[in-house]
Amino acid sequence: MNIDNTLLPVIYMLAAMSFILAIKWMNSPATARRGVIIGEIGMILAIAGTLLRFEVVNYQWILVAFVLGTAAGIPIAYIMPMTAVPQRTAFSHACGALASALIGTAEYYKGVHLGSGLTSTTMIALIIEMLLGFLTFTASLMAFGKLQEVLPQRPITYKGQNFVNLGVFAAAAGIGLTLIIAPERAVLFPIFASLALLFGVLLIIPIGGADMPTVIALLNSYAGLSASAMGFVLNNKMLIVAGALDGSSGFILAIIMCRAMNRSFSNVLFGAFGQLQTTATTSEARPYRSASPEEAAQILDAARTVVVIPGYGMAVAQAQHKLKEMFELLGKRGVNVEFAIHPVAGRMPGHMNVLLAEADVPYDKLREMDDVNPEMPNADVALIIGANDVVNPGAETDPKSPIAGMPIIQAYKARTVMVIKRSMNPGFAGIDNDLYYMPNTIMLFGDAKAFLSSIVKELAAVSRAA
Amino acid sequence: MGQYEFDLWVFMLAAFLGFQLIRGVSPLLHTPLMSLTNAISAIAVVGAILITGEKDASLLSRLLGFTAVFLAVLNAVSGYLITDRMLKMFKRKEPEKR
Repeated sequence: MNIDNTLLPVIYMLAAMSFILAIKWMNSPATARRGVIIGEIGMILAIAGTLLRFEVVNYQWILVAFVLGTAAGIPIAYIMPMTAVPQRTAFSHACGALASALIGTAEYYKGVHLGSGLTSTTMIALIIEMLLGFLTFTASLMAFGKLQEVLPQRPITYKGQNFVNLGVFAAAAGIGLTLIIAPERAVLFPIFASLALLFGVLLIIPIGGADMPTVIALLNSYAGLSASAMGFVLNNKMLIVAGALDGSSGFILAIIMCRAMNRSFSNVLFGAFGQLQTTATTSEARPYRSASPEEAAQILDAARTVVVIPGYGMAVAQAQHKLKEMFELLGKRGVNVEFAIHPVAGRMPGHMNVLLAEADVPYDKLREMDDVNPEMPNADVALIIGANDVVNPGAETDPKSPIAGMPIIQAYKARTVMVIKRSMNPGFAGIDNDLYYMPNTIMLFGDAKAFLSSIVKELAAVSRAA
Repeated sequence: MGQYEFDLWVFMLAAFLGFQLIRGVSPLLHTPLMSLTNAISAIAVVGAILITGEKDASLLSRLLGFTAVFLAVLNAVSGYLITDRMLKMFKRKEPEKR
């Protein structure tokens, strides 16, 4: 009896089933951790089954790589602060894509060396695997650099950029096609790989920091599709299934992110968001109101419903724990506090939810934009912390605004709007926000963490006095 | 039906299944979802093991395969662990106060 033909397909099928279940259980926070466990079981099954295959005879290298990979992976998972999760995700897309591309490279040279096995269908899959693998590798490294702020976050554009990018991609695809037709022309291979690597870099250069959630999701999709293509090369259905799940997941998340910004894929990739606003009109001084932490605390204390709208600036200021303290104190004083999360708040899909969950905010208080907006007119206070564009009414009223049509959290409908902000300077995106000049808006100037600390201190004093 | 065609059908069905499943995931969990699918796509380790462990693999193959195993294991380990770390933080009720 040959185990490879009888038992192995069953093991691989069970592994694929585990991955499907893992994603299914991510539907709800109640079952999500079970999803992780079944995912781990699937991975262990797949690895164990593969190690038992008769063609795997040389174990030393594999063992060393396993030990090193585990040793590097554990500290990354535990040391990484939650604000850095987008960077880690980009980094792990880079690792996954590079692994896929390297396996493709090894398969290719093996095939050329043996002079057989590289049928045109295998070559199609190999070229797709390597094209996506190499370009995702460098693109993810670039995304990592921008998120880690070792590279400039501003989009870098130059004249004819789209033509250059398109040209490089066409050249890579053309050489790939030549290799599919004539796999033995191995001299072309390094050129193909270099062009794909170069394209990944060029792809990310014109993309600004605000678009990172979409880009990360898209790269997630590419990395998955690359793994799926590997499944075609190796005739392995489990790989095809797992890669396709990853590919569709990233794709859907990218679509959700685009919708949340009212932009198309092509606009994100080729539009160089953030350039337009450099010419934004410098507005003349308009009147606005501001208040002290004491006054802000009084207004909050007198409210029945408070909707907090956090943006990435809140996380940069590390204000989420103070925010949680405020949430608790107000809760004890009978104020209902909820958090309205815009889909693009934070730097990757769902990032803001994780940051608030880390600060122990119960997740049933985290509300989606579409659920909160109808209730906004009933909110006594909308408290905006580190968010700007996602509450800018200009998106609804000004068709000329760079963010026109973007769905926003309708903070302006609340009875009182309070905005914690360093100064009246327009933020990173540089778009003027009429919300700040509305008669029912109160500006709270200062660092988010420091200001919230003062509010918390004030509320605590009131609580004790009562 | 040829192997290639069969694989294409598998891909198509899995992609549709993926679309259906992911659409049901609440935005609350999109970040853990992405790190979980990330870990799952480390299944590329299977291809890497096959390349590295072969009897007559060239040195180039072994080196490429070795690197790929390392990268995939790194992704799988850190991906699953960080997903679980994130999910542990999602609590419905206030933790009990002392």
